[in-house]
Amino acid sequence: MSRILKGAAAFAALSLSVAGCANSSNGGSGGGGAGASGLKTLAAQDKIDAPSDAVKPAGDGKAKCAGTTTIAFIGAQTGPNAQLGINEYNGIQLAINEHNKGNSGCQVQFKKFDTEGDPAKATGPVTQAVGDKNIIGVVGLPFSGESKATNKIFEQAGLVHITASATNPTLSKQGYKTFFRGLGNDNVQGPAVKTLADKLGAKKVFVVQDDSDYGIGLAGTATKALGGMVAGSDKVTTGQKDFSSTVQKIISSKADAVFYSGYYAEGAPLDSQLVGKGFKGAFIGPDGVKDPEFIKQAGSAASNAYFTCPCIPGDLIPSFASAYKGVANGQAPGTYSVEAYDAATILLTGIDKGNTTRAKLLDFVKNYNGAGLSKNYKWDATGELSDLAVYGYKADGKNIVSVGKL
Amino acid sequence: MLHALVAESWLTFHWSDFLSNFWNATFDGLTFGAIYALVALGYTLVYGVLNLINFAHSEVFIAGAYAVIFTLSGLGFGPSPPTLSPIAIIGDLLVALLAGALTSAIVALLVERIAYKPLRARNAPRLVFLITAIGMSFVIQYAFFLWRGAVAEPSVTMYQDKAIFIVFGSTIYLSQLIIVGAAVLMMVGIDQLIRRTRIGRGIRAVAQDPDTATLMGVNRERIIMTTFVIGGALAGAAALFYVMKVPQGVIYNGGFILGIKAFTAAVLGGIGNIRGALLGGLLLGMIGNYGAYLLGDAQWIDVVSFIVLVLVLMVRPDGILGSNLGKVRA
Repeated sequence: MSRILKGAAAFAALSLSVAGCANSSNGGSGGGGAGASGLKTLAAQDKIDAPSDAVKPAGDGKAKCAGTTTIAFIGAQTGPNAQLGINEYNGIQLAINEHNKGNSGCQVQFKKFDTEGDPAKATGPVTQAVGDKNIIGVVGLPFSGESKATNKIFEQAGLVHITASATNPTLSKQGYKTFFRGLGNDNVQGPAVKTLADKLGAKKVFVVQDDSDYGIGLAGTATKALGGMVAGSDKVTTGQKDFSSTVQKIISSKADAVFYSGYYAEGAPLDSQLVGKGFKGAFIGPDGVKDPEFIKQAGSAASNAYFTCPCIPGDLIPSFASAYKGVANGQAPGTYSVEAYDAATILLTGIDKGNTTRAKLLDFVKNYNGAGLSKNYKWDATGELSDLAVYGYKADGKNIVSVGKL
Repeated sequence: MLHALVAESWLTFHWSDFLSNFWNATFDGLTFGAIYALVALGYTLVYGVLNLINFAHSEVFIAGAYAVIFTLSGLGFGPSPPTLSPIAIIGDLLVALLAGALTSAIVALLVERIAYKPLRARNAPRLVFLITAIGMSFVIQYAFFLWRGAVAEPSVTMYQDKAIFIVFGSTIYLSQLIIVGAAVLMMVGIDQLIRRTRIGRGIRAVAQDPDTATLMGVNRERIIMTTFVIGGALAGAAALFYVMKVPQGVIYNGGFILGIKAFTAAVLGGIGNIRGALLGGLLLGMIGNYGAYLLGDAQWIDVVSFIVLVLVLMVRPDGILGSNLGKVRA
């Protein structure tokens, strides 16, 4: 019996021991009252110019391809950060619907594989997709951690994949030829955090990172960009719910803004606990926090929230927004819906041009140069884009609205 | 080795942060520790009576949290705090408490009847109970997942938290007072229930020697059911406090980590020991927070908590207060 108890205790210890590594930088203190925030409010924008020459999924309508031709989405459909995956596959679904409607001779199939956004679970679905010979192109994976864990599998199979949202810079440095990133990486989002903080008039920014590849990488670039503006830092874990020590450190640091480098599942309780303890400054989150769920979770505390995102506000492109609602049960486009739509459009364009094998489609994407709804797509040898844009957003009542390009 | 780690600045000690925030860490730790302690009681009571670790207890807890959220959103609360009279808030809190406690008690009882009783009737080996416990935990967890999906329930806030007074430079908030106060009251109540009442005598008798207790006319099955119901009700109460503290935390797997921590608290204090659960819970809450300040970031919370657990168990393998429900004096 006591053996069972010991085993159980060991199990408990194993399940929870999170390797805390690396030291934190100092929690500096200085002048400026906490919450005596003379921060500016940034105005919401009501429209965004989409390029008029954007490539459309339907193409010329004369495409011919085998009925088994398939593109896949691999990413979170369930799990705590599923919303991002849902935003993406709805965007892909829209591109495929538009393509198939316009091309009776080429009905491309769409398959979805669920990773739950979890690096430990992603290998299974990726292997499964790679094993399906009909799949010649993939949009995914949405998150950096799971991408890092699985990019090699795509490489070995020669299967082209375009991520619409994984932003960790190291992903393009793994040397894989099948990896393409359909947006700017954290090296652009980090400096955008400083631009946003400057626009808000913030003087001291406290940086909090989680334990994901994404959060660690982004906190690094943001800290570097912020330089002397960093008022202190803390690290939290995925799944953490009680942030009392972090909140206390932020308030003691007298920061007038907090940058939370992680996802909304932890960002929302952190922001609401901050506001609950009287923090009056701004809460800045990256694309992983920019999610309607964040506002549902944080409630009125979210009114201090701003976001950076290398994603174009799809709801401000009227034609896209109305078509998207048709496939998403009336939901407005979310974060990365447009980017996923663009990525799928590129794959579909390749198929329409007769690139119906993995090798040919990979080659097509590698040499692609064309406008999408969000930006121009042309990749360098590592799979990074040259045209990069980061947009600022803010919480406005129950919605997230854009405050313009950063 | 420690020197090498410090030299490479992998491990740095932030004494001034720790000392200046000592009381903040203590009071925040006590608040969450009180929640651990209430959940830990469920593990401890069941272990005391059946020598069984009810791993499904974390799901008993989260079922209560769902009930609390549904009740409160049914009463019209949303993510932003409304302005209500104190009387109305207390009334709503009590309704939610009742809903949480009732739901958790029912789930705990169902787990007992479905997963443990049939095995007990067949004299199954103890390992089998452990597996069904873990199995029940997954069944309930994924039932919630299939029902509610993978996102947290929209949060519910009952009132705007207020600073009440300042002790040792640390601000104490209304929610902290309510949670710690109510949890300690419940703990004392349970302690007295076990020590002084007829039900408590029955529980102690079964914990001490089930066969003799049966011979002496104690209805063992009824005592076991009562134990599960009490443990469940306490977990349901803890669920209300959890929702007050982390309204964003009600998600299908939200009980898992909290359950493990509560179980740890029970072992730390001495599993099977009611006062041990209280002590273990409060200590675990504080120790983690101390670690977060001393070692510089919140990622150390669990590392430090479990190092302390291991150290304590090395010196006192039965936990701080020792582990025997049956030997509690009346």
